[in-house]
Amino acid sequence: MEKTVEVRDLVVRRGRREVLHGISVAVPPGCVTGLLGPSGSGKTTLMRCLVGVQKFQSGTVTVLGRPAGTPELRHAVGYLTQSPSIYADLTVRENARYFASLYSLSNAEADRAVHDVGLADAAHQLVSTLSGGQHSRASLACALLGSPRLLVLDEPTVGQDPVLRDDLWRQFHELAKAGTTLLVSSHVMDEAARCDRLLLIRDGDLIADDTPDAIRTATGTSDLEEAFLRLIRAREAGSGKAQPTQEGKAQPTQERSS
Amino acid sequence: MSLRITARTARRILRQLSHDRRTVAMLLVIPVLLLTLLRYLFDSQPLLFDRIGLIMLGVFPFIVMFLITSVAMLRERTSGTLERLLTTPLHKLDMLLGYGLAFALAAAVQAVVVAGVAYWFLGLDSAGSPWLVGLIAIGNAVLGMALGLFFSAFARSEFQAVQFMPLIVLPQALLCGLFVPRESMVGWLQAISRAMPLTYAVQALTEVGQHADPTNLMWRDLGIIFGLAIVALFLGAATLRRRTG
Repeated sequence: MEKTVEVRDLVVRRGRREVLHGISVAVPPGCVTGLLGPSGSGKTTLMRCLVGVQKFQSGTVTVLGRPAGTPELRHAVGYLTQSPSIYADLTVRENARYFASLYSLSNAEADRAVHDVGLADAAHQLVSTLSGGQHSRASLACALLGSPRLLVLDEPTVGQDPVLRDDLWRQFHELAKAGTTLLVSSHVMDEAARCDRLLLIRDGDLIADDTPDAIRTATGTSDLEEAFLRLIRAREAGSGKAQPTQEGKAQPTQERSS
Repeated sequence: MSLRITARTARRILRQLSHDRRTVAMLLVIPVLLLTLLRYLFDSQPLLFDRIGLIMLGVFPFIVMFLITSVAMLRERTSGTLERLLTTPLHKLDMLLGYGLAFALAAAVQAVVVAGVAYWFLGLDSAGSPWLVGLIAIGNAVLGMALGLFFSAFARSEFQAVQFMPLIVLPQALLCGLFVPRESMVGWLQAISRAMPLTYAVQALTEVGQHADPTNLMWRDLGIIFGLAIVALFLGAATLRRRTG
């Protein structure tokens, strides 16, 4: 099956620090892939590479069959930054309508996106007066516009109340069912279970790439938090680092070729 | 680039401005207050007020738009909206021309209000048409906007951005011939003066003040102002990077 995102041997340095050390990941189409890892593990940097705003030292990043960041992809990829990036001095609706206009979408479509993230009642409010959760949902509304084929969402559910969070995850799965590919990052493991596939990264290395169930089976625990921990321990244990699990089991193996 | 996206961007910037009522009020009231101050400062020398007041009409938009654009652009950079915009179909030129269009319009409103007060209530008098003063004011606004956009790339914080005002604007104001006639400056200052955009703005305004009909020198200077604005816009475009480290 053609992958929506294909990253090979990606090395990224930000300043003097190497953030990603030759990471390779693939994201299959039409499902919700979770990008999980503690903060500072390189999630945001990887996502920035996919949308083409991050310089990288070596490797390739292919999105929908093209190098990431090519102009044709700007219609096809929606991006939600970690800190909400919308205009604080405009209303929610004005923000959505402006971003909609960039994709040649109508005002009605902008208003629908605002409604979809549960902000219909706050549509006329200035963004600067919103709560943190509302603020990031307003930003999310702007990323959902124009039904992009790939949605790159950097921690979309942080600070949302449980009911809304549930609602947002349901929407993500509906979008995936309709054919959209979603890559959703999170640093809370209880969200991992809601993803169709998981990419676990830590300190710029991929630790696991599999379905939640396969990861549970491979590590012999039903708790994903615990599974993540076991993968890390196995990696750090004597025999060296664990190979990223590919379509199968996460087994500690020999030192990764680097 | 697309005309539609440029126009929507300009509209978005004007919307942002219009939500900030106090800034809009200050844009209009402060120049009027300062001109009124000048009018009574030169109460006994109305000819001097004619000369200086006229120049101020053209210089206000330059200073104000420089400041506003450098802060607005800095916000786009630091809030992540610029980065987000660059992942959309928006072209860099849409962004730059959007800013140009929006602030040219804002400057036009400012020029009409301030010039209106100056000519009708403060007794400002110029040989040439007030419309030419307005045209030069808009040129200066676009130039100030373009320079602000460019210099915002070198500021990391709003504190730094406002510091560019004295650095970029004050030397130009000092050397443009407003305080000391350019001919009486030492040679190297004259050379610097010739390299500064505001010099041509002031010269063009002085021409309007002294001649009933637009002179060739005035058109040339106006051409220089718009030309420099375009150069600054392209320099600004070079500072908008899609990919950063």
